[in-house]
Amino acid sequence: MRHNRDVRRIALQALDAAARRGVDYADVRMVESRARTVSVRNGRAALASSEESLGVGIRVLAGGCWGFAATDELSAAGIEAAAALAVQIAHAAQAAKNAEVVLADEDRYEAVWVSPCLEDPFATAVEENLAQLLAADAEMRRVRGVTLTEASMVFERRHQVFASTPGSIIEQTCTATGAGIAASSYQGDEIQKRSYPNSFGGQYQLRGYELVKELRLVEHAARVAEEAVALHSADPCPDGVFDLILDGSQLALQIHESIGHPSELDRALGAEANYAGLSFLSPGDLGRLRYASEIVNVVCDARLQHGPGLGTFAFDDEGVPAQRTDLIRNGVFCGFMTSRETAAAAGLGRSNGTMRAESWARIPLIRMTNVSLLAGEQTLEEVFAGDAIYMETNRSWSIDDRRLQFQFGCEIAWEIRDGRRVRMLKNPIYSGRTIEFWNSCIAIAGEEHWVLWGVPNCGKGQPEQVIGTGHGASPARFRGVRVGAAYADRAG
Amino acid sequence: MSESELLPRKRCREVFEASLRAAQPAGVSDVEVTLWTSASALTRFAANRIHQSVAERHHAVSVRVVTEQRTARVTTNRLDERSLRKAVEEAIAIARAQGPDPDLPPLAEPAPIPALDRYHAATARTTPTERARGVAAAIAVAAAAGQSAAGAFSTEEHAEAIVNSRGVFAYYRGTLARFSVTVMAGDSSGWAKQSSIAVSDLDPQALTRRACVKAARGRNPRQLPPGRYAVILEPAAVLDLTGQLFGDFSATALEERRSFLTDRLGQKLFGANITIWDDVYHPLQSGPPFDGEGVPRRRLTLIEQGVPVQVARGRRAALREGTEPTGHGLPLPAEVGEAPVNIVFQGGHTSLEQMIASCRRGILVTRLWYIREVDPYEKIMTGLTRDGTFLIEEGEVACAVRDFRFNESIIGMLNRVAALSPAARASGEEVFDMVVPAMMVHDFRFTELAGR
Repeated sequence: MRHNRDVRRIALQALDAAARRGVDYADVRMVESRARTVSVRNGRAALASSEESLGVGIRVLAGGCWGFAATDELSAAGIEAAAALAVQIAHAAQAAKNAEVVLADEDRYEAVWVSPCLEDPFATAVEENLAQLLAADAEMRRVRGVTLTEASMVFERRHQVFASTPGSIIEQTCTATGAGIAASSYQGDEIQKRSYPNSFGGQYQLRGYELVKELRLVEHAARVAEEAVALHSADPCPDGVFDLILDGSQLALQIHESIGHPSELDRALGAEANYAGLSFLSPGDLGRLRYASEIVNVVCDARLQHGPGLGTFAFDDEGVPAQRTDLIRNGVFCGFMTSRETAAAAGLGRSNGTMRAESWARIPLIRMTNVSLLAGEQTLEEVFAGDAIYMETNRSWSIDDRRLQFQFGCEIAWEIRDGRRVRMLKNPIYSGRTIEFWNSCIAIAGEEHWVLWGVPNCGKGQPEQVIGTGHGASPARFRGVRVGAAYADRAG
Repeated sequence: MSESELLPRKRCREVFEASLRAAQPAGVSDVEVTLWTSASALTRFAANRIHQSVAERHHAVSVRVVTEQRTARVTTNRLDERSLRKAVEEAIAIARAQGPDPDLPPLAEPAPIPALDRYHAATARTTPTERARGVAAAIAVAAAAGQSAAGAFSTEEHAEAIVNSRGVFAYYRGTLARFSVTVMAGDSSGWAKQSSIAVSDLDPQALTRRACVKAARGRNPRQLPPGRYAVILEPAAVLDLTGQLFGDFSATALEERRSFLTDRLGQKLFGANITIWDDVYHPLQSGPPFDGEGVPRRRLTLIEQGVPVQVARGRRAALREGTEPTGHGLPLPAEVGEAPVNIVFQGGHTSLEQMIASCRRGILVTRLWYIREVDPYEKIMTGLTRDGTFLIEEGEVACAVRDFRFNESIIGMLNRVAALSPAARASGEEVFDMVVPAMMVHDFRFTELAGR
């Protein structure tokens, strides 16, 4: 990484370039990012690459409108040109203005924060990364019937200096790590796949190489491969209405799609109507809407105390400190994720600090930080008691543009009878409506089963920004859920 | 093709030469350098006002070395000599950390690349004020109809070059403009989108009028039971759904047995009225005429009268198979190998209006949303209708209907295509732009109702 003083100097230079142009407000984010990706497929190194990027994004508020310009031309001339363009864009927006942008009040801060990282992943040798992955890959390939094996690691570091005209200057360095394995099996007329510890490349957290070691990929490789092959001879998941138990990783995505996204206030106010969609929620639902059963408590928590999630930080990309906000308390909807602009527009007071940008080149948007279902009071045995279908590891996901009707597919399921797994089921799918589904939650496993999962690929905005989010969950049970609609009536 | 001011050819050669020099002390002489640059801007609006408006300017240089049957790539946006040297040294170190790959091809050799002029100067020069005026005009259309508009108007210019030590120098510059609008009218919405290399081809007001009509017609939607219906899919719906097929038309996907074409290539899989090419040279297509290694793209027939006949093949797959690459390889090292990205359907002769007039009872679909793969071999996809879904009765649009979730096999669906319109460039939200027709499809499977 570059010398911190250089990054800070350029950030302040960019802020000055904007401020000199007579804006009402400006903030800049100078970001230096670095990534390494290593992957293997079918016993060979498939990808070994490294990437770095350095640039600055300048956001201004002028005449009641936003303007933003980003550049990686970091000469004085390049920065001046970007600042001038940002102001020009803000002025141009006056052509279609029907309200002034007003920002909720926020203090100014000077801070330096570094995310905890016990073992710097960038200090590990690529040879060591490959050796770990190839060892797991070899274990999977030992299983007869496996036709594709995949194993990967991703490391990312982002060093950012945020500076704003009210006087904040905040420096943050975040290191994230992800790793996982997957085995696929083609046989007859189907392709089956199993992944560990999750699909989408595995588990991701705001940690260092210690995460890779804890995952013990090699130890899980044989089971993953055996299950992928065994799925071919498993019975199809039945079509009907059942009690449904979801593992924590699938529940994390369920939370993401059906609680996280609708709770973004910019969606509820219409900002994403053309692309990512709206929300069925409105500010009038706060404190009134029975979103879920009484045992459901969901928070949006960016603080390190919540855990090292992909949504953990000290300050958001508007310079607002990390906070914990209750979204659902005892089943009642009670909070949106907000920005300084949307909090003011909806009369909700201070921003709760959820604005994040994918890179230096993009504006911050309201993004889920760590949106987590708090652990329940049931034991795992209580969650699994009686009859149910238990599904594990996401395979497909889809929800309508107001976040009401969803359908998820998982890699594998088991029929549960009297609390025990009695048979493996393939191609499991469930679907439902957000409010009905969350109100059917009847058991949530306790703290000892709670994991903060990372979803690395959340898309939103135009131009689209892909960002990582965190979701804590433990296995939970839902009563009377529709299962199997996608595979029913498959004629033609 | 001329050169982009953002990426002068001379600069490309300088960066390549500097990278090659940096590799020499380590005894590495096979070097490939890819350079990208873009200047893009987007004016976004919602609730009849501009709420986000952005511009970004990017450079990147990606250095790949090949040494002792090993390769690695390092990418940076710092183009100074010191940063390039660091990138090259890191690439060599990462390459040497790997075992040899017997299937790794040597760097590509030079081959003639057909010229494609896809640069429109006025698009590249579009100012924030011009975009804002276009948006204001669109908003005025919606406001006059008592409706609320949201959308995005973007313009960009981009250039890329691939230079390697075997003599490849592939260079491309292009522009792209897009206008997308969603209009809301109480409990309904309408949508329209267009893209072109020339901003002058876009008519924000006309697109907004189209979206306004759909939104107005969409009020008070009727609730129909899920089930199998005849559907008329507008081009954007065809694009976003069928676009999920083409990643499987890959030699590497076949080799890894993850493609739905595994054990099916050469068999009659779709209806005889389905013929699809990959053709970067089609006049409505966009993008460079070479692949991620600088190999010229060939025109491929992917599906001929219902039979999948060809797949894309990068140089790595070609080397394994002892055949020629098709010019669709992704930059190496590539996990998934190759992919066709310039899809052109053979259209038909039935206009959308004629399809509607010929339909006794069916559903007209404007666009689809959140499409995901449910089953990778049967290509069952799920997703939802959005922003304009209507019941057709006795040859006329009768009323709006509540949106549906579908679960449908694309293979099955492309066996039940009753009519196709002429193919046109279409733009959606789930896949890249393609040249596609509208389609009338029998027995399309809606499984549940969307929304409340």
